[in-house]
Amino acid sequence: MTHQVVSVKTYALVFAALIALTITTVAVSKLELGEYNFVCALTIAVIKGTLVVMFFMDVRRSSSMTKLFVGAGLFWLAIMLVFLLSDYLSRGWLPIPKWWVG
Amino acid sequence: MADSEVALAAHPPGLQHHFDNSAQQLEASTLGMWMFLVTEIMFFGGMFASYTIYRNLYPEAFASTSHFMNVTIGAINTGVLICSSFTMVLSVRSVQLGQKKTTITFLTLTLLLGLVFLVLKFVEYHEKWVDHHIPGPGFQYADPRYFHQAQILFYLYFAMTGLHALHMIVGAGLIITLIVMTARNRFSAEWNTPVEMIGLYWHFVDIVWIFLFPLLYLIGHTS
Repeated sequence: MTHQVVSVKTYALVFAALIALTITTVAVSKLELGEYNFVCALTIAVIKGTLVVMFFMDVRRSSSMTKLFVGAGLFWLAIMLVFLLSDYLSRGWLPIPKWWVG
Repeated sequence: MADSEVALAAHPPGLQHHFDNSAQQLEASTLGMWMFLVTEIMFFGGMFASYTIYRNLYPEAFASTSHFMNVTIGAINTGVLICSSFTMVLSVRSVQLGQKKTTITFLTLTLLLGLVFLVLKFVEYHEKWVDHHIPGPGFQYADPRYFHQAQILFYLYFAMTGLHALHMIVGAGLIITLIVMTARNRFSAEWNTPVEMIGLYWHFVDIVWIFLFPLLYLIGHTS
């Protein structure tokens, strides 16, 4: 795995994109978008995180095994968040049945 | 004897004898580092999960606390960390090309940017201290309705940013070690695994901040 060194230009472009996205996310947060503020902020954060993982951490050129580890980490994080939130966020959606109250 | 001498002569620098070749060794190191980073994802993930749950339990209290977050410092710090990730990646590149001086320059820049981040974090914490927004017996809050709920959210703010800052301090220590090792000619174009691995760690800490910044500072800011 003797890496071919990545050009400074590639890194500079990724860097410029990250700074541009940071400015965008601050600008978008000033707008009144209701629930979409949250969606926009997180979407931009995910794009920025992906850029860092793929280019700065060089996962795009890493072995399949490394990619599997990264993917597994994110998958387990998703399990934790989805299962926790499916409980907390769905509370109160249905009324408590009469037979339960007794 | 003659055979082993020949083998030693062809031995790449930094290759430990239990690996077949340098590529396999680097692969093992990268995988090990990612294994650690995955545990870190879960570690921070737990805090992000509790943050999300409390945000949903107390939306009004959350909206009122978000007015006390210093968005300017938060945004500047995001920029500072992205710059430091850029200089980190350039120092990894320099060390891969065997350029000792450039490596030290970029590592020092990364360290300085990391320290700028920590200083700004300190300014922010000091602001919270002056405003009595630190959870505990001295906690005061303008809106008495949200006294307890706001305290939980400030607690999460300090726990999450504090844990992140702790990672930054550890990272700064690791970079100082790298600078000393580079100065002592420990790395070469053939072997520079520690620089690459600590680079991965540094970028991971950057990613955590990339998610902390919008969640703590930006969301709920307008409502």
